[in-house]
Amino acid sequence: MYALEINQLRKTYKNGFEALKGIDLKVQKGDFFALLGPNGAGKSTCIGILSSLINKTSGEVKIFGHDLEKEVIQAKSKIGMVPQEFNFNIFEPVGEIIANQGGYYGVPSVDVKKQSEYFLKELGLWDKRFLQARDLSGGMKRRLMIARALIHKPELLILDEPTAGVDIELRRSMWKFMRNINDQGTTIILTTHYLEEAEQMCRNIAIIDQGNIIKNTSMKSLLSTLNNETFVFYLRQSVTEVPQINGDFEVRLIDEHTLEVDIPREQTINSLILQLHGQGLEIDRMRNKVNRLEELFVSLINNKEAPVKN
Amino acid sequence: MTQLQKYWIAYITISRKEILRFSRIWVQTIVPPVITVALYFLIFGNLIGDRIGEMDGMSYIDFIMPGLIMMSIITSSYANVVSSFYGAKFSKHIEEMLVSPIPNVVILLGFLTGGIARGLSVGLAVTIVALFFTSFNVYNPLLVFTVALLTSLLFSLAGLINGVYATSFDDVSIIPTFVLTPLTYLGGIFYSIQLLPEIWQKISLINPILYMINSFRYGFLGVSDIDLSVALPIIIIFIVILFTACMYLLNRGIGIRN
Repeated sequence: MYALEINQLRKTYKNGFEALKGIDLKVQKGDFFALLGPNGAGKSTCIGILSSLINKTSGEVKIFGHDLEKEVIQAKSKIGMVPQEFNFNIFEPVGEIIANQGGYYGVPSVDVKKQSEYFLKELGLWDKRFLQARDLSGGMKRRLMIARALIHKPELLILDEPTAGVDIELRRSMWKFMRNINDQGTTIILTTHYLEEAEQMCRNIAIIDQGNIIKNTSMKSLLSTLNNETFVFYLRQSVTEVPQINGDFEVRLIDEHTLEVDIPREQTINSLILQLHGQGLEIDRMRNKVNRLEELFVSLINNKEAPVKN
Repeated sequence: MTQLQKYWIAYITISRKEILRFSRIWVQTIVPPVITVALYFLIFGNLIGDRIGEMDGMSYIDFIMPGLIMMSIITSSYANVVSSFYGAKFSKHIEEMLVSPIPNVVILLGFLTGGIARGLSVGLAVTIVALFFTSFNVYNPLLVFTVALLTSLLFSLAGLINGVYATSFDDVSIIPTFVLTPLTYLGGIFYSIQLLPEIWQKISLINPILYMINSFRYGFLGVSDIDLSVALPIIIIFIVILFTACMYLLNRGIGIRN
């Protein structure tokens, strides 16, 4: 049984815009799954349908085998939703927002108290529980939505850009928290614009563009299709011309201390470093020019063959 | 735990949230209608009422008292649901309920409970204020309570329909200003329709609020322009129609789902 099974899901809005053109998607139980796509690709429509906020035009959605249309109560009770936009009553205290959500899912108040204490402590909001939500910072509001989504112990957690606008330190602590939740058996579907986040966290990935799933595979196999990667090398010595390098390396001089090199998949970084060293050039530091998934993502969306291997 | 018990918890949660909402802002929700009605009692009851004399065989202040209480119940229950529902739509926290496994009927009942609670709270407060201006014996307390309950239910339902269709805060006030207030004032709060020319008496009969005010007046004073056996079924028919309309709107997701 899949945590999520989508068959031929279509959505055409009243203005005629076809946001989803019959997508199929399966997410395994226990997976940490990335659903990526550019703005307007259909991600939000898809998540809107999963959360019952958008009515589908046709197709089938099953949550742990329960049809979202025919067994709506069973299906909904398995989902925890963290939306992109804040959707709580800003005048309500934090603790009350969590307690109410537990109540909507029919969780007895004793369990709600226990659960909310646990999640608010885990997410660093316990001492803010009596504050009105409007008094929280942006990062706290995001964490509040995560705590709220978990109060009924969902089996499938959908995170729609949970770390948008959150600083890197807090983002990392949220990643750790989400990993723990996943390790405890909760299936997670993540949409994000931070592709580094998706690459680090997710085992499987689907990329959606213009209402179609254009890639649906494991993160490992997707990244292995990358034909070449671009690295930036910071040299200790200064150079005025592009060093002569044998092999299929494409070398560009950025400034007198910086080289940018496209390294084909069949070549090793070691071979490049040895050649540079042979010319008396020492490498101070090096880094990936862009995140690998980002490189793939951009090429897939732009429908380019390179750098993706077919 | 059975599904029914879960629904009960959800219903209690929504109801408590709705009651807390208006209780927290009691200065905005409870006090204003009390002050307004107190002014009506003072001006139309004490100051002008003595010059008007008797209406339907009783002092003018006693005659208008049930209608004024009913008016505050109508406006409060309506305002509670329309503002709460539209507010929830506007700030998107209605989504908290929509994503949850709650049947629409439970959501509806939760909002209605909030509307009824506010309507009855304001009604009680206004009744207490009335005691400062006049003394009265309630002719049929059970009927008074039943009519107050049914009326607040009916206008809570109407408020929800308004909330579903409202797309701005202006839409929230249009119906109360241009429909509810005129119908209430023309529903026999301040006069007996027997005083009207025959044609206006007949026109008045299409005003549903007339039936509520007269039933309520009968419960308080034992006099009414309308036969109770007609008035109560009409109120119930309106409730059934509006309840069906609310369920249809929620099930179709009109105004709340894309």
